[in-house]
Amino acid sequence: MIRELANPTRFMSLSGTLLPWVGGLAAILLGVGLYMVWFAAPADYQQGETVKIMYLHVPAAWLSLFFYMIMASSALGTLVWRHPLADVSQKAAAPIGAAFTLICLVTGSLWGKPMWGTYWQWDARLTSMLVMLLIYLGILALWRAIEEPNRAARAVSILTLVGAVNVPIVKFSVDWWNTLHQPASVFRIDGPTIHPSMLVPLLIMAVAFSLLGVALHLSGMRTEILRRRVRTLTILEAERLDAQAA
Amino acid sequence: MSHTFFIAFSYIVTALVVAGLILRAVIDHRIQLRALADLESRGVGRRSRRG
Repeated sequence: MIRELANPTRFMSLSGTLLPWVGGLAAILLGVGLYMVWFAAPADYQQGETVKIMYLHVPAAWLSLFFYMIMASSALGTLVWRHPLADVSQKAAAPIGAAFTLICLVTGSLWGKPMWGTYWQWDARLTSMLVMLLIYLGILALWRAIEEPNRAARAVSILTLVGAVNVPIVKFSVDWWNTLHQPASVFRIDGPTIHPSMLVPLLIMAVAFSLLGVALHLSGMRTEILRRRVRTLTILEAERLDAQAA
Repeated sequence: MSHTFFIAFSYIVTALVVAGLILRAVIDHRIQLRALADLESRGVGRRSRRG
């Protein structure tokens, strides 16, 4: 399957068919999720209505890590297997991951103020998430700094793999250190600690956000393939004009 | 500040960031499609290397 998709033309055709379905399903699930959050899910017995921020904050945090894992796999694809679409995938994933990390940090901060009494605390989870955003921004800057796509892809791949060290730190920071941030409450060995009336809308929002992310990623990859075609044709035209002038 | 402010601000920020991502994707795709169509209309293609 991955080998078949190595052909950009085949990828464009398949992604063109998939994109409206994935985007449409994301929109429907987002509508259902938001309806459940606002009209079905109860207020928390301690946090009151402020718990509604959780339905944005938690999916955004998951997607921040998810897109970093996509970038790390794509980096391996670039450096080890030299898959022609690996760096395209890596480049398309970076701004989406950065945006979800930003949403996670902002909503977390806005949730923290009424619950903890502060917008920010330099604890392990919050700090490692800020480091994640800085790594994303560094990767985006590196893509822009090197013009030649293949050279940029190799440099970014190395930076991405080095930055991947931060992923388990983000995930397990609440277990390894004593943090203000609460420990995991959904993916636990002894099962979720959230009541189903809140867990179901949370999972629906998470799936909706994931599908939205996948749709944006597919769209970003299609645009990047077009950008590279434009670049190649522009160089060919310049070469042709040079040859004519000579 | 009431809790409503923090909830509303969270949803507004998320909506703006997501809308920005979608708009950026649509606009960037259109720009590349237009650039490609422009190059092709001028007869620039992969075969131009031969000619």
